[in-house]
Amino acid sequence: MGCGRVGAALAADLSSEGHEVLVLDTDPSAFRFLADSFTGTTFVGNGLDIDVLEKVRLREADAFVSATRGDNRNVMAAQMAKHVFGVKVVASRVFDPLREEMYRNMGLRTINPTRVQAKRLKKVVEAPSDEAANDIVAEFMRQEAG
Amino acid sequence: MTSAPRMYIIIVGGGKVGFHLAKELVEASYEVLVIEQDPIQARVVADDLGDIVLEGDGCEASVHEKAGTRRANMLLAVTGDDEDNLVACQVAKQLFNVERTVARINNPKNEAFFRRLDEVDITVSATSAIMAHIEQGLPTTHHLIQLLELKGSGLELVEVRIPEESRVVGQSIKGILLPYQSMICLVVGPDGQPKVPAPDTIIHADDEVIAVTLHESEEQLREALMSPPPVRSF
Repeated sequence: MGCGRVGAALAADLSSEGHEVLVLDTDPSAFRFLADSFTGTTFVGNGLDIDVLEKVRLREADAFVSATRGDNRNVMAAQMAKHVFGVKVVASRVFDPLREEMYRNMGLRTINPTRVQAKRLKKVVEAPSDEAANDIVAEFMRQEAG
Repeated sequence: MTSAPRMYIIIVGGGKVGFHLAKELVEASYEVLVIEQDPIQARVVADDLGDIVLEGDGCEASVHEKAGTRRANMLLAVTGDDEDNLVACQVAKQLFNVERTVARINNPKNEAFFRRLDEVDITVSATSAIMAHIEQGLPTTHHLIQLLELKGSGLELVEVRIPEESRVVGQSIKGILLPYQSMICLVVGPDGQPKVPAPDTIIHADDEVIAVTLHESEEQLREALMSPPPVRSF
């Protein structure tokens, strides 16, 4: 749920690994972020609407990810997926660090990109030269590639 | 002279519902704080009701620190967005131990889901309330009407009008098999006379039955009181 840059990248990644992926967004123009390699389905609709979640057969899904720009939307949809539709794996992005921690303690899988990004930006800005900064960024990318 | 400490009530959302609630509560001399995100709307409420408005996001812990939510007795989340109402209640309960939370439900389909969550004590849906009125006004309804939710116990008070074809017509109370924790409290005949049921009270068609039941037993109770007798087969 949420086909921004992050949602689209994740969808393409999972679909290239052979998973069956459906991407949900209220704005059809958001699907432009999806790479050509994406072979899954797109669906225009509000992921907070139980009827929409029913329509996309969420009950049969193995995992649900909410990655819209709205923290509250993400955690509400995640809780619906978990409690109403019985989805086993539910993960959300939550920008507010306090809310992120709270929902993690309540048993949701959540990540908070804010703290990590702030730390990384600090390292880049503190680098002694542009070259050093670029090296730091390259190192981040190596870490991400695993 | 000593008096009971005033209840402190926080309202998240200063729109029409929040504003009128705040006004009523202030008049009833409760201590009230409205948390409203939109600066213009916050100002509108403050100009009318005085210095009881905090401009900020009612889903953010830092705003609740300022609001003194820790000492609040109740939080009413009444914005026009269900996701915001949900998170406001969850933050209030989880991080600030507010005793009682009330969530306004905008999409009636969210009501059952909200009720399942520990952080929402009471749900209020205008749509469901109006629907119940419409259903109550109809001569016969094949639904069970929820009248009141009893706090904490999971029990609720419901109303059923006994249809002519029901299996319980002509039966005595003691012969009716009710679901777990369900009980018939009152029977009102078509003449409008209420009576407290005794074991041998006979149920008639068109009786209004007021019963207490568990939320999850609603359907079984409806079945027990409204469905036709089982067809016998040999």
